Amino acid sequence: MALALQTFSTVKDASAALKSAGTLYLGGGTLVVRATNEGDVSISGFIRSTEPSLSAITVSGGKVRIGASVTMAAIARHPDLALLAPAARAVGGPAIRNMATIGGNLFAPAPYGDFAVALLALDAIVSTGDGDLPVEAFLAGRDNSRAIVTSVGFTLPKDGGLRFLKVSRVKPKGISVLSITAVLEQAPDGTVSSSRIALGCMADRPMRARAAENALLGRKLTRDGIAPALAVVGDGTSPPTDPIASAWYRNEVLPVHFGRLLLG
Amino acid sequence: MAKVPVQFTLNGSEKAEFIDSGTTLLHALRDKIGDTSPKGGCHQGTCGACSIIIDGELRLSCLTLAETCNGADVRTTAGLSEGGGLHPLQRAFLDAFATQCGFCTPGMIMAAKVLLDHTPNPSREEVVEALSGNICRCTGYEPIIQAVLTAARSNSQNVA
Repeated sequence: MALALQTFSTVKDASAALKSAGTLYLGGGTLVVRATNEGDVSISGFIRSTEPSLSAITVSGGKVRIGASVTMAAIARHPDLALLAPAARAVGGPAIRNMATIGGNLFAPAPYGDFAVALLALDAIVSTGDGDLPVEAFLAGRDNSRAIVTSVGFTLPKDGGLRFLKVSRVKPKGISVLSITAVLEQAPDGTVSSSRIALGCMADRPMRARAAENALLGRKLTRDGIAPALAVVGDGTSPPTDPIASAWYRNEVLPVHFGRLLLG
Repeated sequence: MAKVPVQFTLNGSEKAEFIDSGTTLLHALRDKIGDTSPKGGCHQGTCGACSIIIDGELRLSCLTLAETCNGADVRTTAGLSEGGGLHPLQRAFLDAFATQCGFCTPGMIMAAKVLLDHTPNPSREEVVEALSGNICRCTGYEPIIQAVLTAARSNSQNVA
């Protein structure tokens, strides 16, 4: 069955068209075209918008706004986003990174969506045609969302303030066993004054590790200092079992890799 | 459903076709235009066998809708040879026995071409990274890596 593709010059017009049953928004195609290739007959058509703002990156005064159509490759090579380059480069191989968008990554189910893990740790704001939402709320409601994501905004952490780790069995490119992003601030004496920890592949979508965040506050990033955080980093997780790893394995290795990320 | 027109440049030649809306570029190239050099492997974006170059960027034709390529410059392995001779990358793959079953080869060569277009003298690590989205199920990665490095050296000597 043919799949109708409709292209609109504005997000507003595309949003109206997306109300039709069976339609999906087409970004880079790495999720939705894959779905039709796999025989998802619930999809009858694609909607997309060529509004220029969707492809823009603006960095000003430490505030970042990335249009939803911006690709992982564009983020990885942007001189002001070097902090995020490791997370962008963790997505797929070179061809996928030239196609996969930041907007699409917000919808990628585990074991994909490594970049969204970084956005969650950054406490990003997701802008849609229906308004703005904190990324955590957006991820929680994404299955029922029909709004078009227009951009993602966040405040850049200080240099060294974002740590990203993706664990995969195949090098250099592989699907995630798990991924972790930590956005930490430290007081002059080295104790952690602020912490946001996000986990990938430890649930069906990226999740915050709040118990570990709290356990890090006031502690130094030493083997003894992080021990309480390692003990609780798995609280509330419900990782999938898939061909990459079992839920048991993911839970077993999470504290090991979390420790390496904090001490590295 | 009515057919939709697509028009793009394929390996330097203008191509225009009427296709079903929603047709992937891989399908359009292979079954409408007759360029069978991009291979349909996984159709999931995992294997890289369908890799082509669109407007200078490596893309996966199995996940690209042909309608989104109107006006684009599309390059495939079929357009690499010039004057009846093999492209240096094709020659290097042949000489290094970097093609076993050959199914992944067109995608590997396009990924390598993008690398060498931007990084004429890559390190081994850069070659590995550039090919990281392309799977060889014969697992002949080492000869492929060596072929790309050999092609890079050959290019450098030709330029010098």
